[in-house]
Amino acid sequence: MKFALFLGCNIPARLKQYESSSKAVLGKLGVELIEINEFNCCGYPLRNIDLKASVLLSVRNLALAERENVNMIVLCKCGFGMLKHADHIMKEDLSLRKEINNALMKEGLKFEGDIEIKHLLSIFYHDVGAEAIKDKITRPYKDLKIATHYGCHALRPSEIVQFDDPVNPTIFDKLVALTGAESIYWQARLDCCGAPVFGINDNLSMDLAEKKLSDAKRSGADYLCDACSYCHIQFDTVQRMISSERGRNHFLPSILYSQLLGLSMGVGSDRLGLGMNQIGITAIEGFLSE
Amino acid sequence: MFFTNSLYICLAIFGLGLIYKISTWFRYRIGIDAREIRTSARVFAAIKGIVLTLFSVKAFILLRVFVLDVLLQVRLLREDFVRWLMHICIYGGFMLLLLMHALDRFITSVLFPDYYSTLNPFMFLRDLFGVVVILGLAIAVYRRFILKVPHLRTNAQDHYAIIILAVIMVSGVLLEGSKITSYSSYQEMVEDYTAMPDEQELKSLEAYWAKEFGVVSPNIKGPFDAETMELGREVHEMSCAECHSRPQWAFLGYGTAKIIKPVALGLDRAKLPAILWYMHFLACWLGLAYLPFSKMFHIFASPLSLLANAVMDKEKSDPANIATRQVIELDACTHCGTCSLRCSVAVVFEEIPNLNIFPSERMASIKRVVSGKELSEQEVRHIQEGAYLCTNCYRCTVVCPVGINLQDLWFNARETLLQKGYPEFLVLTPLSFYRGLMKENVAESDYRKPLVRARKALASGYELIKTKDKPVHLTLTEKELSSGLSISAQASTFSVCFGCQTCTNVCPVVANYENPQDILGLLPHQIMHAAGLGIRDLAFGSNMLWDCVTCYQCQEQCPQGVKITDVLYELKNLAIKEHNRKG
Repeated sequence: MKFALFLGCNIPARLKQYESSSKAVLGKLGVELIEINEFNCCGYPLRNIDLKASVLLSVRNLALAERENVNMIVLCKCGFGMLKHADHIMKEDLSLRKEINNALMKEGLKFEGDIEIKHLLSIFYHDVGAEAIKDKITRPYKDLKIATHYGCHALRPSEIVQFDDPVNPTIFDKLVALTGAESIYWQARLDCCGAPVFGINDNLSMDLAEKKLSDAKRSGADYLCDACSYCHIQFDTVQRMISSERGRNHFLPSILYSQLLGLSMGVGSDRLGLGMNQIGITAIEGFLSE
Repeated sequence: MFFTNSLYICLAIFGLGLIYKISTWFRYRIGIDAREIRTSARVFAAIKGIVLTLFSVKAFILLRVFVLDVLLQVRLLREDFVRWLMHICIYGGFMLLLLMHALDRFITSVLFPDYYSTLNPFMFLRDLFGVVVILGLAIAVYRRFILKVPHLRTNAQDHYAIIILAVIMVSGVLLEGSKITSYSSYQEMVEDYTAMPDEQELKSLEAYWAKEFGVVSPNIKGPFDAETMELGREVHEMSCAECHSRPQWAFLGYGTAKIIKPVALGLDRAKLPAILWYMHFLACWLGLAYLPFSKMFHIFASPLSLLANAVMDKEKSDPANIATRQVIELDACTHCGTCSLRCSVAVVFEEIPNLNIFPSERMASIKRVVSGKELSEQEVRHIQEGAYLCTNCYRCTVVCPVGINLQDLWFNARETLLQKGYPEFLVLTPLSFYRGLMKENVAESDYRKPLVRARKALASGYELIKTKDKPVHLTLTEKELSSGLSISAQASTFSVCFGCQTCTNVCPVVANYENPQDILGLLPHQIMHAAGLGIRDLAFGSNMLWDCVTCYQCQEQCPQGVKITDVLYELKNLAIKEHNRKG
């Protein structure tokens, strides 16, 4: 199993623990990763302003992976959604495809549309498989309640992203259950985290985040688990800002799935970057069975 | 006389230039924080900072960075071996030439009392260093003009740097070659160094030098007999050999001499060696005098940037010193283009042709902003757009060979530009995510202003949305709008909306407000209607467009398959295009 790892912009700059923990876990599961230095922005931030520009950025990444003839693993869900969307548009809209390919040609790149774009969770669930993961789990969690946050751009629009059932998704919950933790049901689990409008309308963004955090907490979660750079920063850094700005503490720490899985596989907390989260999560080690 | 006078004039210009440039480091202000700090405070903070650092353990860090990053340029090596080779050749070779050859009176002859520029190893080394510089220049020319690296831009300063170095090097080599062949130079040397030889000896020496040393003589022609050569060699060894190695060692000059041999006499009569000598030293003087104002100034500023960034830290360092460092960084930039080659959004230039998208070019624009130049509204908005079109991925900062903290520079420059009062629509995109995370560094009112301004500018001119009681005709008012929603194939689906309001009912943004219409203007299903009826005022004027979190709930659940989120995306694109078109 060989994939190109697409990190996007946020992870190397603000969420290094997502990169290191994903690499550690994927390595243990025998997934080979190729790093393509020329990868650029996924295009997502520009969609509001210029769809064509965002598709150009997105497709350049796809063309780079095609050149290496490898499928892509995407860690961030907004990036995943954008890349899937760009792939879709390029296959639907032939005149746009021609224009974009003309621009890419200057660098000797071309989009043919024959690679797959997969989110990290899909790799775990579909490519590696539950059995292989189970085999590697040496220290399952006990009595740990996890609220899974699916992330909008992985789930919807479902006909394009094809990640899981958009109404009743299960992949993430099953992956959490593999670690021995209990994935609880909570009402707001499929809602938006608010990150897409953070920086544009902070009040709205924080309202949405707070609703989710308090619902997860009310439903009995010890930790919120996510697998997206935007969602994670929202539930981590922005949650900290909520408590300082609004004086309300939800204190529901969030953990990346790669960190959650890594701990139960016995990967060291340094490689998982447990200490790098803004809202401490090291106490989760207390839930591990010896 | 002319040589020394012109040197002193150029040295004076260089010195004044240096003082002027260094003064700008303390006078220019980048960013909002820097506005408050006076120049004198910055000078004192710098002195204090330098002294405290030198007498602390950080001195070892400085030493390490000086050796690894300044002298050996490991950062560049990590990025690209060929470019490292290029730069190390140019700077290493040139420094050695400067020390051994240009400053020979002050350095080489002091270290080596029997130094003669015409003696080995110095004669050989001079050419060796020369060839090293020329190799570096050749790589530079190849990279900039032949290879055509995408996103690498070459400006006037890059041209200047290559040209001035090339003129110095080429004139030097030609000078050496023409002097080897020069009969008049030979005669001067004979007059100066031979002790009263007779006619026969002189002739033999001339023959010997013509054959062995490449002098082109108008008087004699080979082949020479063995006797003449033997006598010539004797005279040579007596009078010349002590301070003149064989010119073959000066391989560049000797090669040149061989090439110009057929025309050497004519060139010598035309006083070519003298002309080349003037060219050579005047090019050096020009390079020296213009250095503080050219990109060559980086030889001072870049090491400082590397050293300062190694020991400074945003949280702990004195803000006065950070303000100063950021101005130094503008001078430290060598316009090498590494940042633009690795920039996460550079390719978007193909769609949005604004040069300021490239970090390397934005750097030059920010220099103009900082130096207080009067800029037109269009220029400011251009730079502002380029500076905001950045995902803050830090790659430029990580790869910069001279260690510039570009990320902080962009942040500060961006905030300064945003306060100039022109709307920037990119603030209404997720590019603002980083700005949100950094908002503790910006005063609250300064933080909000650009967001409000952008929304206001976009909504201006759409009056209908403000007059809520006005009845709207249910006939297609503007065909262009509804047929214009076609950037992607998704967007034309709004026409099948039958008004069930599912989109509005599942929208988390609508659900967040008690009176959503007051805050959002139109709700999602109403925007679909407005698009269907072609009512531009309603479609573009509503806040809902910019508050949409793009969670796709509406689109997923629409029973009619209307691509609501995609239509909203497209309306946002159109609203901005329309605003820009109106000017």
